[in-house]
Amino acid sequence: MSELKGWREIPIAGVTWKSSMETKTGDWKTFKPVIDQNKCIKCLICWISCPDMAIQWNGEKVVENYDYCKGCGICANVCPVKAIKMVKEE
Amino acid sequence: MSVRQRVMGLNGDEAVAWAVKQCDVDFVSAYPITPQTIIVEKFSEFVANGEVETEFVPVESEHSALSACIGAAALGARAFTATAANGLALMWEIVYIASSLRLPIVMAVVNRALSGPINIHCDHSDSMGCRDASWIQIYTENAQEAYDTVIQAFRIGEHPDVQLPVMVTLDGFLISHTLQNVKILPDEVVKDFVGVRKPVEVEIPGRGRIPLILDPENPLTFGPLDLYDYYFEHKVQQHEAIEKARPVIKQINEEYYKISGRKYGDGFVETYGLEDAETAIIVLGSTAGTVRYVAKELRRKGYKVGMLRLRTFRPFPYRELVEALRHVKAVGVMDRSGAYGAYGGPVYIETKAAFYDEDEKPKILNYIYGLGGRDTPPTMIRKVYEELLEVSRTGKIEKKMKFLGVR
Repeated sequence: MSELKGWREIPIAGVTWKSSMETKTGDWKTFKPVIDQNKCIKCLICWISCPDMAIQWNGEKVVENYDYCKGCGICANVCPVKAIKMVKEE
Repeated sequence: MSVRQRVMGLNGDEAVAWAVKQCDVDFVSAYPITPQTIIVEKFSEFVANGEVETEFVPVESEHSALSACIGAAALGARAFTATAANGLALMWEIVYIASSLRLPIVMAVVNRALSGPINIHCDHSDSMGCRDASWIQIYTENAQEAYDTVIQAFRIGEHPDVQLPVMVTLDGFLISHTLQNVKILPDEVVKDFVGVRKPVEVEIPGRGRIPLILDPENPLTFGPLDLYDYYFEHKVQQHEAIEKARPVIKQINEEYYKISGRKYGDGFVETYGLEDAETAIIVLGSTAGTVRYVAKELRRKGYKVGMLRLRTFRPFPYRELVEALRHVKAVGVMDRSGAYGAYGGPVYIETKAAFYDEDEKPKILNYIYGLGGRDTPPTMIRKVYEELLEVSRTGKIEKKMKFLGVR
C-alpha cells in the first residue's frame, strides 16, 4: 500500500477518492479455481455466475483473475463439463 | 435596518414550521411524536395547500425519517426533519451517520423526557444523550427564538467551513405548545438570507475538484467501509469542522440581527446582571425566562445576582463562559437531564472542566431539575439563589449535586 495520507489531505465526508480497481480483494482465498482449457466449451456459465470479477473472458478464452477471487467455488460447481478444479493455495 | 415584520400568534412548533416554510427547504421527512407532531402537521398543511414546493415524505419511523433526509441531502437538497425523545433514540444510528457524511441537515428536537418510565413532558435527556454526535446543538428559550434559530441553522450548517447537521431544540410543551407572539420576517427576506444550498467541492486525485453530492456525472461513493487506516482521520475532520463553527455561529447571529433586529447574546451565551454579580445561575432552554425573572426581582432588592443562558451547547463555549463568570463567587449550574453515576449533569461537567485551568474561579454547584416536566416555579429558583448567596459568603459547599423539587 502507498503511504497513508493525513486528515488534511483527504476529502471530507468519508467519500472514496480511489477506484476500487486499485484494491485487490482476492488475497485471502484458501482454494483457487484452475481452468482446464482443453475441457472448456466456452459456455460462459462460470463467467456469469462469478459474484466478483474473478472469471473473465479475454476474447478468446475464459481466464482466472486471482486479484479478486475469494475462492468460493461457484464457477467449479456450475461448470457443465467439470473443466474447473479448486486447487489449494500454496 | 430591520424590516417590517408580521406578528402572529404561534406556538413553538408552528413557529418552527413557519421558519422551515420560508427557508426554501427542498425535502422534509418526519414521523409524528408528541410534542413535535405539530411541526410536521403544520408543515404538511403548507405542502397540501401548495404554499411550498418541498418534497414531503411521510415515513414509518424516525430511523427512516433521518435516513431519507440523508439521501436527499447527499443529492444536494436542503433537508429538514423534527423529532423528540424516543423518536430521537430510534434515530440514534443515523444521527452519527448524518454528521460523518457531513450533511447540513437541520433537525428540530422538541425536548421530551426519554422513556422509561414513559413520559411526554420536557427534559433534556434526549438531546443531551447525543451531545457527542458531532451535531451543532442550539437550545432556544421561546417560540420566537425557535423560529429565528431554525433560519440561522441552515446558514450555519451549510457554511463551507462547517458542513455539519444542526439540532435546534425547544422545550416540549413549555415552548412547543405555548402560544406566543412571534415576529415573522417577510418570505423574500428569509429566502435572501438563507440563499440556495451550494454544495462544497472535494479534491479527488486524478479527477480535480468535484461537488460533494451524489451526481451521475461525477460519481462518488458515500459511506464506504472505513477502517483503522482512515476512520480516525475522518473523525478529526469532524472535530475540526465543529471548531470552525464557532466564528460562523457568531457571524450568523450578527447577520440575522441586521435583517430582524434580534440577536441572542453572542450566539453562544446570553447574560443578565453579571457585571457586578456575586452569584449566577447557568441555565438553558425555557427555564432561562424564570431565572431571569427571579434575578431581576432579587437585583431590585439589592442582591448581586446574575444569570447566563447557554444557547449553543455544541460547540461548547468554554472561553465565553469563563470570561463571563470568572469574577463570580458562586455559580449554580442547572441541568435538565440525569447524570447517573457521573460527576454531575452534562452542563455542570463542561462548566467545571472549562474552569479547571483558571486561577480565578467560582464555587460551582449542580442542580438537577425539571425531569419529566416537573415544574420549576420562581420559588424554586429563589431558593437556589439564596443557597448560592450563602456559598458566596461562606465559601463552603454542603453538597455538590442536588435535585430540585424532588420529594
